[in-house]
Amino acid sequence: MEGSISQMSKVMDIKYGISATFNSAKDIFEAAGKVREKGYKNWECYTPIPIHGLDAQMGYPRSKVPCFTLAGGVTGFFTGMLIVWFMNSFDYPLIVGGKPYFSPIFPFPVFYELTILFAAFGTLFGMFFLNRLPRHNHPVFEHKGFGRTGDDKFMIVIEVEDPQFDDEETESFLKDLGGKSVTVIRETID
Amino acid sequence: MATVSEKVEKPAILAKVKPAPWKDAPLVENRRSFHWVTEKICGIVESKTPTWWWWCFITALCIASFTGMGLIYLVSTGVGVWGNNNPVNWGWAIVNFVFWIGIGHAGTLISAILCLLKQKWRTSINRASEAMTVFAVLCAGIFPLFHVGRVWFAWWLFPLPNSNAIWPQFRSPLEWDVFAVSTYATVSILFWYMGMIPDLAVIRDRAKETWRKYFYGILSMGWRNANNHWRNFEMAYLLLAGLSTPLVLSVHTIVSFDFAVANLPGWHTTIFPPYFVAGAIFSGFGMVLTLLLPVRAIYGLHDLITQKHIDNICKITLATGSMVGYAYSMEFFIAWYGANPYEGFAFINRAFGNYWWSYWIMVSCNVICPQLFWFKKIRENTPLVWIISIFVNIGMWFERFVIANTTLSRDFLPSSWGYYSPTVVDIFTFFGTFGFFSVLFLLFLRFLPLMPMAEVKSVMPQADPHGGKH
Repeated sequence: MEGSISQMSKVMDIKYGISATFNSAKDIFEAAGKVREKGYKNWECYTPIPIHGLDAQMGYPRSKVPCFTLAGGVTGFFTGMLIVWFMNSFDYPLIVGGKPYFSPIFPFPVFYELTILFAAFGTLFGMFFLNRLPRHNHPVFEHKGFGRTGDDKFMIVIEVEDPQFDDEETESFLKDLGGKSVTVIRETID
Repeated sequence: MATVSEKVEKPAILAKVKPAPWKDAPLVENRRSFHWVTEKICGIVESKTPTWWWWCFITALCIASFTGMGLIYLVSTGVGVWGNNNPVNWGWAIVNFVFWIGIGHAGTLISAILCLLKQKWRTSINRASEAMTVFAVLCAGIFPLFHVGRVWFAWWLFPLPNSNAIWPQFRSPLEWDVFAVSTYATVSILFWYMGMIPDLAVIRDRAKETWRKYFYGILSMGWRNANNHWRNFEMAYLLLAGLSTPLVLSVHTIVSFDFAVANLPGWHTTIFPPYFVAGAIFSGFGMVLTLLLPVRAIYGLHDLITQKHIDNICKITLATGSMVGYAYSMEFFIAWYGANPYEGFAFINRAFGNYWWSYWIMVSCNVICPQLFWFKKIRENTPLVWIISIFVNIGMWFERFVIANTTLSRDFLPSSWGYYSPTVVDIFTFFGTFGFFSVLFLLFLRFLPLMPMAEVKSVMPQADPHGGKH
């Protein structure tokens, strides 16, 4: 990654963090606990599967996706109510089968379905929002071994942003944890 | 902070009772590694297109063209080219619609209800079943869409302003159905797609060709396997499962309202919602077997879709088939016990009247045929399981035919009785939907990961960070 002088004039190279690879879910689970104990704040685990209990081990709070689901669901329910009231009772009242123009009972399936529809959209887009996706560029993609984290490798990355980050200390710390192929990840900016 | 070395204390009672160790069949056989799973599933997408795929694809396209031709003829001539008449105004259109919608239900059951019930075996069959759901709902949508006659006005079904300044009429179950089915299609696609994102990212990271990098890159939204991503993803997955569960139950309930809210004998019964849902799941599992057994054989997925999976699917088919059988008998009982002469006649007519043959095809395929799954020998005979699954599909199509046609053709007044036969256009249009479905399913097999790799890996023993102590 160390560019020659001719490249340096065009390409800037910013250090993003240091990565260490682990071979099993058990190894990364234990290592993550130690990284947290050490007091690091800006770090992340990259794993091919969601590992049971890793959130708590890393000190993550409960996900906030349910808030988006609830907001979506409530919006959906009242949207359903509003359209039925507006269309069948306010804008164009029409007598059908002697039934009332509006009632919360007969069009309940409509509210019900719209509750689920909007809640599902809230869930999906809430997940995207909380994960800050879509984002097609990220420094970890520069890592040559990154692809394996979707396959069978487990990776911890401690970022430069972290107040405790120190080039040598962090590197040796990751090595002590049993991390294989400890690598510096650099972000290239054209 | 929890560490792996901490030992979990066993309840004292276990030392006294000494339960026999429970041997659970592994979900992935032959102690496969994570890498093997990745290679197997990505390999299907990445390898050269097999010759059989092209043959199947071209055949499916030809079959699908029957639907295309049927619909072009219908739109250019009028809905009278179908066999629908007065009094049988619904004919095959509603039968085919309910048939395809019902098939979709097993996919949602596997992905949502079995997820909430923590049935780990669902992981390897869930993606393909969800794909089946989405494609089946697309096939289903064709029929009501074209049955409206002037299909260019179909958007009037939705609450959109139009130049006549009139709105949909929300007291009608048909309007509820519009909401139920369109919500079902949308949520199924969202759920299917969201579950696929991590797997699409795996294919993106392995991609060599530029088109692949862009195609899977765009679809995977920049997913990067971070634990923070997984945390929100898992929560969203659970919530979507929780939302899809009441959704799938409501969809077929509302489909059954299309019938049950009408006052016709044979339709106006409270048993319809649960009976339709059970039937839908039954037919859907039949279709899961019909699709996945060949896929398993062709791609050699025996380690991932094991005998345990087939056993479980067969048992669910047996259970729901028996529920359907119970519903058939309960309908007869209530028709007699309710002492309504029209209701009583409707049921005698179903079994022995003008469509008696369809009733007995239905009973033999839906009630008698799945009882064979009581026997382990039969569940282990894969070709036989496949054949039974075909019978289940046939039986469930006939169930809808029986419900729709026996009642419509013989209602209260003999002066308005009639008989319905499909025309060749009906037959072609329905036949073609199997091609349409197969085209979509083949494209799915070719371009998308047919099993959720991350989910399959997470039920393998290596995925447990606590070494089985938790």
